[in-house]
Amino acid sequence: MYRTNVLCCAGTGCTASNSQQIYDNFNEALKKYGLEDEVKVIKTGCFGLCQKGPIVAVYPDKVFYNHVTPEDVEKIVSEHLYKGRVVKELEMTDEDLLTKETIYDIDKIKFYEKQQRIALRNCGKINPEDIYEYIAVDGYEALGKVLTSMTPQEVIDVMKASGLRGRGGAGFPTGVKWQFEKDQPGDEKYVICNADEGDPGAFMDRSILEGDPNAIIEGMAIMAYAVGAHLGYIYIRAEYPIAVNRLRIAINQARELGLLGKNIFGTGFDFDIDVRLGAGAFVCGEETALIASIEGKRGMPNPKPPFPAVAGVWGKPTSINNVETIANVPQILLKGAEWYSSIGTEKSKGTKVFALGGKIKNTGLVEVPMGTTLREIIYEIGGGCPNNKEFKAVQTGGPSGGCLTEKELDTPIDYDNLIKAGSMMGSGGMIVLDEDNCMVDVARFYMEFIVDESCGKCTPCRVGTKRLLEMLTKITKGEGTLEMLDEMEQLCYEIRNTALCGLGQTAPNPILSTLSHFRDEYIAHIVDKKCPAGVCKDLLTYSIDPDKCKKCSMCARGCPVQAISGVPGKEPYVIDTTKCIKCGACMSACRFGAVTRG
Amino acid sequence: MKSLEDLKKMREEALKRVEMREGDKDYRVVVGMATCGIAAGARPVLNRLVEETAEKSYNCTITQTGCIGMCVYEPIVEVYGKDGEHTTYVHVNPEKASEILAEHIGKGHVIDEYTVNAVQNQGV
Repeated sequence: MYRTNVLCCAGTGCTASNSQQIYDNFNEALKKYGLEDEVKVIKTGCFGLCQKGPIVAVYPDKVFYNHVTPEDVEKIVSEHLYKGRVVKELEMTDEDLLTKETIYDIDKIKFYEKQQRIALRNCGKINPEDIYEYIAVDGYEALGKVLTSMTPQEVIDVMKASGLRGRGGAGFPTGVKWQFEKDQPGDEKYVICNADEGDPGAFMDRSILEGDPNAIIEGMAIMAYAVGAHLGYIYIRAEYPIAVNRLRIAINQARELGLLGKNIFGTGFDFDIDVRLGAGAFVCGEETALIASIEGKRGMPNPKPPFPAVAGVWGKPTSINNVETIANVPQILLKGAEWYSSIGTEKSKGTKVFALGGKIKNTGLVEVPMGTTLREIIYEIGGGCPNNKEFKAVQTGGPSGGCLTEKELDTPIDYDNLIKAGSMMGSGGMIVLDEDNCMVDVARFYMEFIVDESCGKCTPCRVGTKRLLEMLTKITKGEGTLEMLDEMEQLCYEIRNTALCGLGQTAPNPILSTLSHFRDEYIAHIVDKKCPAGVCKDLLTYSIDPDKCKKCSMCARGCPVQAISGVPGKEPYVIDTTKCIKCGACMSACRFGAVTRG
Repeated sequence: MKSLEDLKKMREEALKRVEMREGDKDYRVVVGMATCGIAAGARPVLNRLVEETAEKSYNCTITQTGCIGMCVYEPIVEVYGKDGEHTTYVHVNPEKASEILAEHIGKGHVIDEYTVNAVQNQGV
């Protein structure tokens, strides 16, 4: 019997920071101290606070270590695990804003305090490669309950009553979707888990699959029972190797225990899952393109109707749900629709996982009840912008979404409020922008992404987005005109109204929303030929104020292209603007604030 | 696995693996495991506590701590209750550890004669 469990984060983020080595070092050090029979090291899923990774948690002491390096491991073993002294300098802490006291209790740390974890409930708690640990935390109990005591219609009724809506972004009621498929004639039906997470900066689906793959298997089995399917596909991008590997392990373990396969729980219900790898095309997250890709065809969308619920994969009725949606299913069936619908707002029930990124202190994954405000997420959980920079906007919904500003910080987040505010929920990426971000450049970034990812099937998206990108690029180079803004806006509406699939229809959103909130920045680029945030290089010039210059030569030594000349101690330094590549190295090298950017 | 019953059995078995990560127990039993504690025999005490707690499902978590400054009384085992009251047992050996679990954790009776107060009064 083990007295202590050491949980090492083995999510993609921490793995990139060498957590595998940490895991190996723990096992080695425990042997060295003769503790291998007392302490067990476990690889687990994402703890959410990726900023502070790699994270190691010690139970039952409930001590969380952050920024652990492989070299720190021996100290943790010799001090904490052997002698019982917590290694304070590695412990994750927070500061109480009022009393300035250090908080050690993990539940009171601001990042975790406001969260409510349903989809992420097992991430960072269990070993995702051990199905028994999932079973220990009530895993597969919902499936057992559904198969032995409920009819498919009863399952769908619970889902409808729970108010769960699709977490992939569009927010379609899950129970209603299932009902459509169930009502279709025929006995060959399919279910699909859409794990083709593609929004830049979004990684909640990956973390759920890495941290709790069995929840997806169980959720899909319940879904299949409700709609009458016997085969499910998980469509996941090959760029998620850890998630793919853990899914396969989980599927094999479930098959061994008879939780997948023939006659599950002796009820006569058959269900199995096939994992299909995508090559990482953004458009394959669109359901009709995803189905085409599963069938082995080129991943391009098809017009709807017919909807997948009528004619989906192999032309048969199919329900497609996103990873996070499915992760909620077992909990809803286990705890009831009433429990779930008591969380959230009137029209958006439950919780939502957001991937916090960009200019924010606590980069990571957070799960909060619907109706939480942006201010709570960005400031209380996320810790605000680093380096005392001023918050400018938050981009939600990825390339299909928009920007929200200071004004909307107190809006309770749900599907409808975000659309009203000119953005959308999207899959949950939340990228925080501060005063150093140029909004025209941000719009250009997303448009570049869309141009890359457009499948080329329909003209509005293929040609239209290319034209938008051209105009945006001109503006960032100072070659734009005011007429261009109107032209751009008109083209945006045209693409929105005529593109074939969701990717094209929503592609103009980043432009439309930055135009409506930050038109002054566009005008500054066009009329004054200035980039107020100092990002668009073509509009910047660096110069040295001769009065402030101390002739120390620091700037010239930092310049990678030898564009700065002067004589140390005698002549002030000067930048040759024809050679300057506007990298800003001189500005950060100067200690006297003599370099200015205009 | 062929029935709900099978799942239930499997869960009860599996629960032991993850239980310690759940927290909320009535008692927290802390063993002093600094150099002084280990030298005085705290390790077998700790092992006994862990084994018996697992075996008899006592409602407590077992953790360790460093030196609390009363090295002469090691091995020291402290028992913290939910409402914050705490008892310090000194000169604990594996047998006494079993007794502490059975009486204090199991029945809620403090074993006065093993506590630091009783031992201090006797004069060591």
